[in-house]
Amino acid sequence: MEITLTHYLVLAAALFLTGMTGFIIRRNAIVMLMCVELMLCSVNIVFAAFSRVHGDAGGHVFVLMNFAVAAAEAAIGLALLVEIFRRRRTVNVDDLKALME
Amino acid sequence: MLAPLIGAAVNGLLNRRIPRQAAGLLACTTVGISFVLSVVVFLRLTGMPAEERFLSDILTTWMGFGRFQVDLGFAMDPLSAIMALIVTGVGFLIHIYSLGYMAHDDGFQRFFTYLNLFIFAMMTLVLGENLLMLFVGWEGVGLCSYLLISFWFNEEANAAAGKKAFIVNRVGDFGFLLGIFLIGVNLMPHLGAGEGVFSFKVLQHHAGVLAPAATAICLLLFVGATGKSAQIPLYIWLPDAMAGPTPVSALIHAATMVTAGVYMIARMNFLFVLSPTAMQVVAVVGAATAIFASTIALTQNDIKKVLAYSTVSQLGYMVLACGVGAFAMGIFHVMTHAFFKALLFLGSGSVIHAMSHEQDMRLMGGLRKKLPVTYATFLVGTLAIAGVFPLAGFFSKDEILWKTWASGNTVLWVVGFIAAGMTAFYMMRLVVLTFYGENRAPEEVKSHIHESPATMTAPLVVLAVLSIVGGWVSIPHFMGGGAHFEQWLEPVFAQPEVVHHAADTAHGAAAHAADTHGAEASHGSHDTTMEWILATASFLWGLLGLAVGWVVYMRKAVIADTLRKSGGGFMYRVLHNKYYVDELYEAVFIRPGFRLSRDVLWKTIDAGLIDNFLVMRSALVTLLAGSVLRIFQNGMVRFYAWSISIGLAVFVIYLSFSG
Repeated sequence: MEITLTHYLVLAAALFLTGMTGFIIRRNAIVMLMCVELMLCSVNIVFAAFSRVHGDAGGHVFVLMNFAVAAAEAAIGLALLVEIFRRRRTVNVDDLKALME
Repeated sequence: MLAPLIGAAVNGLLNRRIPRQAAGLLACTTVGISFVLSVVVFLRLTGMPAEERFLSDILTTWMGFGRFQVDLGFAMDPLSAIMALIVTGVGFLIHIYSLGYMAHDDGFQRFFTYLNLFIFAMMTLVLGENLLMLFVGWEGVGLCSYLLISFWFNEEANAAAGKKAFIVNRVGDFGFLLGIFLIGVNLMPHLGAGEGVFSFKVLQHHAGVLAPAATAICLLLFVGATGKSAQIPLYIWLPDAMAGPTPVSALIHAATMVTAGVYMIARMNFLFVLSPTAMQVVAVVGAATAIFASTIALTQNDIKKVLAYSTVSQLGYMVLACGVGAFAMGIFHVMTHAFFKALLFLGSGSVIHAMSHEQDMRLMGGLRKKLPVTYATFLVGTLAIAGVFPLAGFFSKDEILWKTWASGNTVLWVVGFIAAGMTAFYMMRLVVLTFYGENRAPEEVKSHIHESPATMTAPLVVLAVLSIVGGWVSIPHFMGGGAHFEQWLEPVFAQPEVVHHAADTAHGAAAHAADTHGAEASHGSHDTTMEWILATASFLWGLLGLAVGWVVYMRKAVIADTLRKSGGGFMYRVLHNKYYVDELYEAVFIRPGFRLSRDVLWKTIDAGLIDNFLVMRSALVTLLAGSVLRIFQNGMVRFYAWSISIGLAVFVIYLSFSG
């Protein structure tokens, strides 16, 4: 069977939805971060696929940028999380309601 | 005119820090300067031919939009010149007097500040180039009157008197303003470019245009005059105003401020003559006031109250004069009255000062020997006001009565005549009770009685001299004089031809009176005899009044008592209580007004409607909105994530379907 663009897009969509669902459903902050990474990954796949189809190198460039962003964001997110754990002994997102009105 | 303003400002600002002498000196000097300047301008005016006697100085445009323009300007014509001389001259004398009278007072500097401010305001009034400048001065003197009446404001009664004066004045001003508005509204369509809408010159020029509305306008303006010049029904503040220091009573409430109303009517004479109805009203009110106040003065025991009611009565004469068209004579009486009334008030101040501030005449007596200068000058004043030839009062009052007779208002003449007799009577009563007989004062007061210092007696003497000779500037024709006063003021009061004809057809008698030329022409005919008769009659009548007063109070003070206790009991009580007018006003106006403001306006509207309803409701709206929006601020991260996803989904769907 021929692997067409559509396959890649469907894969990316599935990954994205999985990530989003996980992000909404899971309570553990670390797991939420991992879901965010999933979503970012799916976007990468889309860009790479389209780049291959249109012969445009811009897509690849954006993928690299995306990596950098994801890395930075993960670093910061984890740092924050560690700090929160040190203070409140929990990473359960439902317990972090200090900003409630 | 600026000099007193500077004086007021300096005195007011420096107040306590400068020694008393300096303050007093400064104040008197500034007024003195004004007086000198007034004389200078007066002389300049005399040097000009009669028709052109008009100097004006327009500083700048005060208000102006479209065709509506009012200038900030001053003008001097024969009428203003006379008024300026009176104001600054008598004012100067009173300033000097106050140096002595207020010497022991704590508020010495403050007093002179107010006095200077007053002179400034009064000058603005008489020198104003247009009606609004006049009004500025009008309000200014009202303010100063309030400040000065309640000068010793630590006494509640004094403060109340000041308030009363200002508020009653305000009522009059309301009418005044309405009149001004009417003038503006009626005149605007007819104005040329650059013509100040309320300028007197312009008003006079366009007087014909205002003819149809003249009655309404003049009546409204007259309401203002009744307030300021203490006519019925707005005279009630003047007797209460005696709570202020005596120099104040002399200056403001005898010589100058109260004459502002008369001045205003004279200024607007060209408008008043267009409305015979208004003139008649003015005349009637004037005559009624004259006799009404005279009757009250007969029974008052406070020396200043007698003089106060006397002032109201004399103002009635001035207003009467204007009402019958003898504007020049009204102003003439203003001048002579300024002299002798100021004299009388200052004299009474001298008496009060000597009596350690006792003002009840029943406790006076026999002061003739202890206060010789005061007595002599006071007697001169009394003779003047009673209209004894050849003092000033005779000429002015007699001319007014003559003009009243000549205009056909015989009833008014009778009223004025009777009032003149009463004037003589109560003045003599005052003199006798104060200066003759046994001294009835308590011992500690008696021991302090002394003649006043020179600063007080000198002005008395000057005013006495003026009271004697003041009338001589206008000896009427039938006596062989030149009627100079009337001639001097002719350009101001001359009527344009158009008005002559309109008035002629409308009301023969009023036209006759309004036409100063006509009055002069008539003296050549049979009327001279009538003038002589009337003049002699009023002279003799005045003497009679004096004589009766003398007899009653000198020989048998008991007569007055028995009269009082027997049949005249009721009459006496009515008069003594001033016809209960104050009580009437209280019941009709003041109490309902108070109740209205407290119950309706305060409780219902302010507290109920505004506080409760409007303010609270708007707060509630905000609170409700807040509580709704609070749901979205729950701090739950997953909720936020969920909302983001929903939003994203909606957005994607929208895009895919609209693309």
